[in-house]
Amino acid sequence: MRLLLGTLFTLFVAAAVGLGATYFALTRGAAFGALRIGAWTAWPKTGTLDADPYARAAIARNGTLPVALGDGVSFSAATDDAGRLLDGRCDVEVEGITPAARFWTLTLYSAGGELVANSVHRHGFTSEEIVRRSDGSFAVTVGPRAASGNWLPTGGIERYQLALRFYDTAVGVSTKAGREVPMPSVITRSCP
Amino acid sequence: MIRWLLLLLGGVLLGGIVHIATVIILPRTATQDAYSRLSAIAPVNKVTPLPEPAPGTALMPLMDPAMAVAVCRYDLSQGALKLSVPVSPAYTSVSFYTRTDVAYYAINDRAAGRRVIELDLMTQAQHEQIPEEENVTAADRLIVESPTATGLIAIRALAPEPGLMPKAAAAVGAATCTPAQQASADR
Repeated sequence: MRLLLGTLFTLFVAAAVGLGATYFALTRGAAFGALRIGAWTAWPKTGTLDADPYARAAIARNGTLPVALGDGVSFSAATDDAGRLLDGRCDVEVEGITPAARFWTLTLYSAGGELVANSVHRHGFTSEEIVRRSDGSFAVTVGPRAASGNWLPTGGIERYQLALRFYDTAVGVSTKAGREVPMPSVITRSCP
Repeated sequence: MIRWLLLLLGGVLLGGIVHIATVIILPRTATQDAYSRLSAIAPVNKVTPLPEPAPGTALMPLMDPAMAVAVCRYDLSQGALKLSVPVSPAYTSVSFYTRTDVAYYAINDRAAGRRVIELDLMTQAQHEQIPEEENVTAADRLIVESPTATGLIAIRALAPEPGLMPKAAAAVGAATCTPAQQASADR
């Protein structure tokens, strides 16, 4: 009886620990080789055959086609620079300059990776359509209410994520965070 | 007490093995991965333009709405494949994915350096069977080796502004992927 109980206990612990760890690893993005710059994170290696088992499992689970490294690199942000989760009811400013790339796109997704419905049918900006200042930098206001300049509507959803994709760029596996990759800042300006 | 602690320790160690095993097995058993999602709408060895992602109806999560996308789900077991992609005005790229959606190669219009990106896709075994001299005469032929017999080719074209989406969609829609034998028989 004691042996049976002990075995069951051990197996239960094993299942809980093993499956729990797998779930957390895949939902929190635990792949190796993350490139973190401010609020932005990219996994350049995920777009290559060198993708580690965690990256492969995450790709299979999420059902995405990752951006291949020869194509570009994709950064995502789920928090602002202060580490606060992005809230669709607040006004968040994405401001600054980007690393060199032929094109880039900024897109807003729900936490699950879906586009968010809004009245003006805007889901993001490309580097061509964004309005810049005279020094080449730009500012995008991400918020629920229309704003002047570049306005990216959140549709008022609670949690969202931003994806900043660079196409035909030198940013890649060997990139180190630092001055060579100037990413725009993400700052929560005001919350109701 | 010590007995239960030992059992707990054993459970945690076993849990580590369960964790590693599930992570490794998951890509092979996933039924909602990109390849499976696309299998429903994309026939084999044919370019299929994907519908534009919209709120609630995106085929895959995290699709870039500024990109027109077409996919060719390929199967090389019957022979090599010829891929031809006309370049759109802004930016065009071709990415190759294995059966488990891992990208192994990508090329863009600038790297290809011409108006039409032309590629031959084959497995390593098929590449080795090509006679040497043919390899030389066809030096401008770009050959891509696929690590798996099946997989996906994603053809993407950027629409720098929404009004240019029809042009980008037309460019990716005009891409073709055909088995190499069929292509030479058509000539």
